[in-house]
Amino acid sequence: MSEWWTYGLADFLLFSPRTYARLFALYNEALWPAQPLVALGWLALFAALWRKARWAPPAVLLALALAWGWVAWAFHLQRYATINWAAPWFAAAFGAQALLLALAARGVRRAEPVPAVAWWLLGAGGLGLPLLGPALGQPWIETEGFGLTPDATVLGSLGVLRMFVPAYRLVWRIWWLVPLSWSIVGSLTLWALGEPLRALLLPLASILVAIAHWQCRYKCAH
Amino acid sequence: MLERARRRFLLGLAAWPAAGRALAAAPAAPAMGLLAKPIPSTGETIPAVGLGSWITFNVGDDAQARENCTAVMRAFFESGGRVVDSSPMYGSSQAVIGHALARLGAAARPFSADKVWTGSGARGPAQIEASRRHWGVARFDLLQVHNLLAWEEHLPTLLEMKAAGRVRYVGITTSEGRRHAEIERVMRSQPVDFVQVTYNPLDREVEQRILPLAQERGIAVLANRPFREGALLRVLQGRPLPAWAGELGVDGWAQLVLKFIVSHPAVTCAIPATSQVAHVRQNLGAARGAMPDAAARARIAAHLGSL
Repeated sequence: MSEWWTYGLADFLLFSPRTYARLFALYNEALWPAQPLVALGWLALFAALWRKARWAPPAVLLALALAWGWVAWAFHLQRYATINWAAPWFAAAFGAQALLLALAARGVRRAEPVPAVAWWLLGAGGLGLPLLGPALGQPWIETEGFGLTPDATVLGSLGVLRMFVPAYRLVWRIWWLVPLSWSIVGSLTLWALGEPLRALLLPLASILVAIAHWQCRYKCAH
Repeated sequence: MLERARRRFLLGLAAWPAAGRALAAAPAAPAMGLLAKPIPSTGETIPAVGLGSWITFNVGDDAQARENCTAVMRAFFESGGRVVDSSPMYGSSQAVIGHALARLGAAARPFSADKVWTGSGARGPAQIEASRRHWGVARFDLLQVHNLLAWEEHLPTLLEMKAAGRVRYVGITTSEGRRHAEIERVMRSQPVDFVQVTYNPLDREVEQRILPLAQERGIAVLANRPFREGALLRVLQGRPLPAWAGELGVDGWAQLVLKFIVSHPAVTCAIPATSQVAHVRQNLGAARGAMPDAAARARIAAHLGSL
């Protein structure tokens, strides 16, 4: 396919910004009032991690696995797939990540020290991104939520994953794969939709995680 | 002057050998005053402005948006439109078209144009059948190989379907100037009825070889991306129409662009996509009234090129 270089990002965008926004609006409408309950769950998760509860690492990872599994099924497969034929592949990737996180819950422990950026990312996924849309003029009904929609879930997960050390080093390497890949896919989608500010968020988060890892690779107990 | 130009244009069509046959076989009886142009291989005429579905009709299960698409299609048919084009690549567009056709019932008389889009020839028939079910039609009027993908494998299947009466016309597509050499090769070597290419006052590469070849070989031409996915109209928005555009009776840039496209003797139909009822009516309006002659077409292209 020698003509691939002639394609631009917009050529791969199958839907209009309006349709994409409506996707979130209808999804949120169908889920209501799950959003405040999930937000409370995120708050409990944040508090358990902050207080260094001993049970927190496996419990949080299981909760995260549930969130990834939900996004795979309820968002990608049930909703996004109606306007994007690539969405079943996204669902498969998110489902695989859910499985990996569930398996990794056994024997997972807290990384020491936890870099500040991990807390910021968890906060950004649970509070920052959901509030960013309305702050930019987006209707509340189109808000993205941690544990419910992909970008917010990935953003918060980047922070959580940076806080933990799984029993196997191989798992630690693999569990970044899907979140970082989605950072690219999600960002390109938003960029093509004409949302440059939001498009930069996930790549920026990925870069911050990489920097944090590089800074403490000799200090952190992996 | 413009009426003379229109007559010259229609006479030009009649003078074109394939079109001459077409006009003899089925005199162009424009529905509701719409310019209708012949499909050279049979002489059947179709309105010169159709309806694309890329992006605009991919609205998924959104009931409100589906109703809006139905309204667009209702306005399209009420205004005399017929050619509706889609592809399995366009997400839910086929299902949304099918939803609208079911809602409109007898009010819809589409010339259904769809595509096969898979890298495997073996998977083509199943995909075509799935597309047909989405549309809810007995058979497609036109099936095209989307972006020439695996055309060597798909074309024999489509030609077999045509021979068996399961599709009326066969074609190939490309867009944005890609693979024109290969399009030419297919046009020269295969008995295709249609070719679909990008054509508008700024994207005119097809004028060099593809459009003359279509005339020479008696192949109908569908013009896609007439507004460069809306980008062209966004650039023109707010700019005043040149005074001479009034002679063509256009009400805005969209009609001027469409008149430029469909007045080319080789172009059979332009297929703009829209999600707005007012725009679909405006688009169909471009197929009415005076058409630009060669000099006016050159002026349109030069003017838009200078902006």
